[in-house]
Parts: sequence; structure tokens; C-alpha cells
Amino acid sequence: MSDSKNMTFHLKIWRQNGRSDTGQLVNYTVDDASSDMSFLELLDVLNEKLIARNELPVEFDHDCREGICGSCSLVINGVAHGPRKATATCQLHMREFDDGDTITIEPFRAKAFPIIRDLVVDRSSFDRIIQAGGYVSVKTGSAPDGNTLPIPKKEADTAMDYASCIGCGACVAACPNASASLFTGAKISQLSLLPQGHPERKQRAISMVEKMEAENFGDCSNHAECQAVCPKEIPVEAIATMRREYIKAAMDPT
Amino acid sequence: MFMNKDKNSLNANVPEKGELHEKWSLYKNDIKLVNPANKRKHTIIVVGTGLAGASAAVSLAEMGYNVKAFTILDSPRRSHSIAAQGGINAAKNYPNDGDTVWRLFYDTIKGGDFRSREANVHRLAEVSNNIIDHCVAQGVPFQREYSGLLDNRSFGGAQVSRTFYARGQTGQQLLLGAYSSLMRQVAAGRVEIFSRREMLELVTVEGKARGIIARNLLTGQFERHVGDSVLLCTGGYGNVYHLSTNAKNSNATAAWRCHRRGAYFANPCYTQIHPTCIPVSGDHQSKLTLMSESLRNDGRVWVPKQKGDARKPIDIPEDERDYYLETKYPSFGNLVPRDVASRNAKLVCDEGRGVGETGLAVYLDFRDAINRLGIDTVKAKYGNLFDMYERITGENPYETPMRIYPAVHYTMGGLWVDYNLMSNLPGLFVLGEANFSDHGANRLGASALMQGLADGYFVIPYTLGHYIANEGIGDSLDTEHVAFSEAEAMARAFNQRLLDIKGDRSVSDLHRSLGNIMWEHVGMGRTADSLKEGISQIQALRAEFWQNLRIPGDPGELNKNLEHAGRVADFMELGELMARDALERDESCGGHFREEHQSAEGEATRNDKKFSHVAAWEYKGAEIPPIRHIEDLTFDNVTLSTRSYK
Repeated sequence: MSDSKNMTFHLKIWRQNGRSDTGQLVNYTVDDASSDMSFLELLDVLNEKLIARNELPVEFDHDCREGICGSCSLVINGVAHGPRKATATCQLHMREFDDGDTITIEPFRAKAFPIIRDLVVDRSSFDRIIQAGGYVSVKTGSAPDGNTLPIPKKEADTAMDYASCIGCGACVAACPNASASLFTGAKISQLSLLPQGHPERKQRAISMVEKMEAENFGDCSNHAECQAVCPKEIPVEAIATMRREYIKAAMDPT
Repeated sequence: MFMNKDKNSLNANVPEKGELHEKWSLYKNDIKLVNPANKRKHTIIVVGTGLAGASAAVSLAEMGYNVKAFTILDSPRRSHSIAAQGGINAAKNYPNDGDTVWRLFYDTIKGGDFRSREANVHRLAEVSNNIIDHCVAQGVPFQREYSGLLDNRSFGGAQVSRTFYARGQTGQQLLLGAYSSLMRQVAAGRVEIFSRREMLELVTVEGKARGIIARNLLTGQFERHVGDSVLLCTGGYGNVYHLSTNAKNSNATAAWRCHRRGAYFANPCYTQIHPTCIPVSGDHQSKLTLMSESLRNDGRVWVPKQKGDARKPIDIPEDERDYYLETKYPSFGNLVPRDVASRNAKLVCDEGRGVGETGLAVYLDFRDAINRLGIDTVKAKYGNLFDMYERITGENPYETPMRIYPAVHYTMGGLWVDYNLMSNLPGLFVLGEANFSDHGANRLGASALMQGLADGYFVIPYTLGHYIANEGIGDSLDTEHVAFSEAEAMARAFNQRLLDIKGDRSVSDLHRSLGNIMWEHVGMGRTADSLKEGISQIQALRAEFWQNLRIPGDPGELNKNLEHAGRVADFMELGELMARDALERDESCGGHFREEHQSAEGEATRNDKKFSHVAAWEYKGAEIPPIRHIEDLTFDNVTLSTRSYK
């Protein structure tokens, strides 16, 4: 950890001019970084320099910059969301790096996440997995009083652990098979723990797992890289639950 | 339709029938319904997919309407509602501490410093309980007690515990609930999502809102979309200040383009400066991060009694600390409303007692809470917020107090709407933070989530149907209509004008300059002089923007600088309107603090005789002064009092 105002970083950034371009790593240097900057602020500073030089800025997705919207991505030195555990790229700060470091920045890579431009990828496949069953079919206006359905605190808390997924896709980027099992498993686990999710439990497990395959995500082969990079520390037990739910449903779909 | 004939006041169309608490029920009995078989003949355009937009889109789709939903982001799940931390209010009275619908209504009216519309606020309080029930049914994992029943906590501006929460991620969980229901409707073919699309123009035909022009942010193509009504659910305009707790892409462009088309902009000067944010660390700062107000339940706010005290906080003894909120406001203490807490932080920093490197911060200390409750309890309650603070600042708040400072967080102003949530342009409805309606001059904590979901789940399904049934729309208007070509040409010309400048300054640089002017002159404390100075500086900066902006890259592909430039161009006009509104409103109320109008104790002094009204501005052109209309606010059910939290 460093604490300094004038840090230099050598950046190797993936530049790709649209889907059909092959893309390449390009070298840049930022020599006026500070340890208080966030990683995305470092890219902001670089982009201001590029614009001043009449060069194209690096495109990357970002929005809330407080680790909750899941827009930011980036594989930093080979690790999705970079070196700090349980931290999305937007909350990673330059004090995690040393002055003079060379940092490689690439997009989240997966067949199911086609690159749009530079570091921006298309993650709409996640929406389609949720469309396959990541919900409780309740219509507005039809709900009973919230307290008619007591839920043991422990189960509600565990459901919340799974529900905290921000849908960033780091799990996919980190997986050697580019599997979306942690993402899909987290939603299935949340809803299987809660009584509200029970009526549609079987159909949900089958549809979501099948959709994940149809979207070109790979299978899980227990590397657990997903858990290691997840900014919300969602545990791989989600995947075990997903498998159990799927097998139970497949054996007895009614 | 919107003007009272006998008075020079806008007509809010509040139903006349019944007492305040009966109005909404009686109104629902009387309004028209659309035949279920006919609903599918109507297409509704929903712009924005945060809490208000997603809940509206879902409810209307479930009822049978065709819904087209637009978001500038890649997925509705990322809308900025997701970042709301603390909670959502409802008058359930589960803790048996004396809460009622009336109290929630009254606290909201009082919190807003008597500058909101009674009937709207009462309706909000009435439907608050339905929201909790619905979200529980969706599988939102609210915090529970060991009994398995729902837990509550308290928030600023209230003496009861009525806030429901899901750790420090309540907005995320409510949004994902609405998003999952939205995805269900997409799968059912009832909603079509247009992601990475930005609304650039409203299309009006015969005075009615009938469509939008959107730009596909990946291809740069302009698209025309036709519907029977347009719902604007696009959030607030806090990013006028450049640094705010809003997400980087949050903007006012859709609302501002509607304003240019004739929609009135109400109370633009009402902005909320949130007291508990992480202070600025340098020029590179791109946004500010909020620490939930819930922290004020257990954290104690203080500064050193002595000016310029450079000791470490743990070395400052108890009798040399000034717990200024507790001393000044003994009954509410650290839980005073946001505007009061923010103003007092500014006050002590102005006195030279601020802490940290910049002197622009106060302490929020958990030492006593940790001693009283134990570190594990504090961790369970606020763990994720403490972790976030540590990630950003590199300091451990379990060992040393947090440093906090106010930051722009929410905008109470927005497009003017009547009781039906319809703007003065027929067919254009405005929901959530984008409208002005429920929070007056100051919003209470945990009320934004409540309002967004109330508007979308429980208000618009009724009021939109009434409009559609009355207007009998469903004609065969298509996008070849001349109104669409004209609107598209305007949107194209606007972008081309930006691209043609080819100057020297980047859009971020110009945006930062605008933010500095706004914070300095239209910020927490305003005076007639500061506002006049602000207006002239904004005008000069706007002129520079249109002469010296540089947009890199190609407009025909993903180009975030071009998107940002359009938004900042609109902020350059909106910022001036905010300053004008603040200048005209020659009183202090809620978040609008005119330094000329304060009591001996430094509290906001309203002028009810002159300003008990909504100011709704009509656009006349970028360089032409706008016209100020008013809607008189009448209070038949509450007595206007001076807010006191002592």
C-alpha cells in the first residue's frame, strides 16, 4: 500500500474498435496519479489526456461508482475487478498499487459477453437468464399483509446474502469455462430459501439452468474462481443449491 | 385544463369530494376504467427503469397494456435506485410505537417545510403499507427479527420506527424485486425493453404526448417510438453540481427536453444536500459516496471545540468535543432532518472547526455505540457501510471516527404534475424523483423509495387508465407523422451542433466548472448576490461550452463523450433556472436556505404569506428569461408551524 500524490502507472489497455475488430493491448502512462484516486478515476484522467491529444478515449462501462450497480467490469492484471478482495473495480483505489507499477486492463471475456468496444461488453444474457424464471409471479395489488408470512431470521439473512448479487459478471470472467453458475445459482438459492419462491421452485430451476446453457455459458467444474472474485462474496454453495434444485426438479418435475 | 379560471394559479386537479383521508378512495371509485380487452390496444412508453419506471411498466403490463420501456443503461437492473441504502418508510406500526397514516403524512409535510401538496402526500402515506406487502411477496429479503417478522428502524425527522430495510442495500433489493417482475413481463411478451437508448425528444401531436425520439447509444441511430402516453421516470438532476451522490450517467436530459417542449419545471431550487457523505479527496474526484443516514441512529456527530485543532480524534478528550447536534437539538439530536444536519456541518466548518486535510469534514463517531452494543452488533447493523468507508478512505471506522461532509443527493424539484401525476402537457406523466410532487422543500430519509414505488405500483395504474379512457386514444398514428420527423430533425440538429464545435475543452472539464459554480453560488447557503453572480457565471460558461467543447470520436458508434455532452448542454440551462428559482424564492424553506432569511438561532425562516406556493417555470428559449407560474398551496388539514427539532 502506498500513500502518495505523484504516482506513475504504466497501463496496457485492451483497445478494440467494435465487434469485428481483432483488438490489441496498447501502452499508456499516467504520471500524475494519486493514491486516493479510484481505479476508474485513473482511467478518467487518462481519457482527459487522450482527448487533449485528439486521440480516442478508452470506453468502459460505469455508473454508480459505489459498488452496487454492477456496471463496472475490467480484468486487472488477470483478475476480474482487480487485486482487492470483495471490491468492485469502481471502489478499488490506487493505494492498492505501487508507484511505477505496470497494470494490464482487459474486458470481461466470455462467449456469452461479446465485446462492444474497448472494455465494454454485452451482458444482456444475464437479463435473459432472469427472464427464464428469476422471479416470483405476483401481481401488483394481490399481496397479503407482509407479516402474515414469518420467515426465520437465519433463512432471511442467508437469502439476503444470495440476493446481494450485483450482476456484474466477474464470476463468468474468472471461470475457466465462462460459466454463469454462481450468478444463476445465487438467484435460485435466494428464492428457494424463501417461502414466496416455493410454488415455482421446480420450473424455475429447470428453466434458468437451461437458459444459461442456451446462452453459451459453460458448465461449472468446481474451480471456485467465481467465489474468489465476487465483489459481494457470494459463496459457491449457491452452485451446490442450484444443482440440488435442478436434479430434484428434473427427477420429479410435477 | 390546468388553469383555475378565477385565480392566477395552476390547477392541481385535486378531487373535491371527501375529506383529505377519503379523497383517494372516493376518486378511485369515480374515475374511468379501460375495458380489459381494450388495454392491449394501447401502447405506453415508459422512459427510465428505476423504481418508478420499472414498477409502472410492470403494473401496466400486468393490467394488459403494451409497454415499451427505455433505459440508457445496458440493463434495467443497474438503474440508480439500486444505490439507495437506508430503507423505505411505511405506516405499518408493527413496533406499536404510535405510528399512523396520519403521522407519516404529517411528518412528510412538516419535513418538507410545508411546501408540498397535502392531497398527494396523504395518498403517498395511504399506499405506503401496500408497497411493503407487495415487495415481501416478490421475495425481497427485508431484515427480520428472531420471531421471523419484519424489523424496523428509525430515520431522520420521525419519532417512530417505520423504516423497513434490507441491510444497507434496500434500494438494490427493491429494484431487483421490480426488475424481476419486469423480466417476467418481458418473457410474457407484455414489455419490450430498449436498453442503451436515450430519449432526446418528446413528440407531441395536437398538444398531446404521443411518442419519443430515442438515440441508440451503440449505433448512434435515431429511433421513433409511438404510444398513447409517455411516462417519464428518469430520476433527478443532482448531477448539475458535477459532484453528487448520483450515478455518473444520471441526468436531466429527458426531462429538460420535455421542458423545452412546454412541460413546466417546478421548484428547481429545491435540492437536498445529504449530511453524511465521504468528503472530497482531490481534483480527480468523479463522484461522492453517501454513507446511509441510518448511521446517525448510533453514530455521534462532533467537531473539536477549538478552532484548527490538529490532534488525532482519539486524542481529543471528551470535554473538548462539541457534539453540536445533540446540544442544539436535544429532542432529535443526531436524527434531525437532512437539511438541518447539513447546514450545521457547514456552519461549524465555516467557523474553522472542520476536520481532516481540507477542513471540510466533521466526525461521525461510533466509539460509544461500540462500547454500548458491542462490536458484533455494530458490525451486523452497519458492516457493509463501514467496509465501504474503509475501501474508499483507507481508514478503519471501528478504530477512528468517520469523516463526513454534506453532498448533493436528491432533487425535490422536477417537472410539474397534477394529482394524476400528469404534467401540463396532456399524456405526459412524470413519476418518482423526476416529478416535484411529494417532498416539498426537503425530503425525509427512506421516503424516495416509498414515493417511486407508490407512483409506479399504486397511483399510475389508476390515473393513467382514467386519461386513456377519457381521451379515447387508440388511433392509427404512426411514426411517419410530421410531428415525428420534426422532432427527429431537432434531436439530430442538436447533436450535430455539439459535434461541430470542435473546440479545446472536454465535456468533463466543462461539467466540473459548472459544478463549481453551482456549489459555490447555488449551494447550501444562498444569497441574492451569490445567485446573481451564479447566473452570470453560468451564462458565460454556457457561451464557452457552445464555442469551445471538444467531442472525440464518431457519432455513429458507442461514444460516451457525445452522450455526456448532450446532458451537460442541458445542465447548463437547468443550472441557470435553479439559480433563478432560488433568487425569486425570497425566503428560506427546507433545503433552500437563503441566508437573508434565518432566525436568531440560524434556522430557516419561511415567508408563508408570499411563498406558500409552487413555482412552475415555462421555457421560452435558452437565452430568453422563462415565465414563472404558480400553484397556490392550501393547507386545510395541518397548521403551518415553524419546524422545530429541538
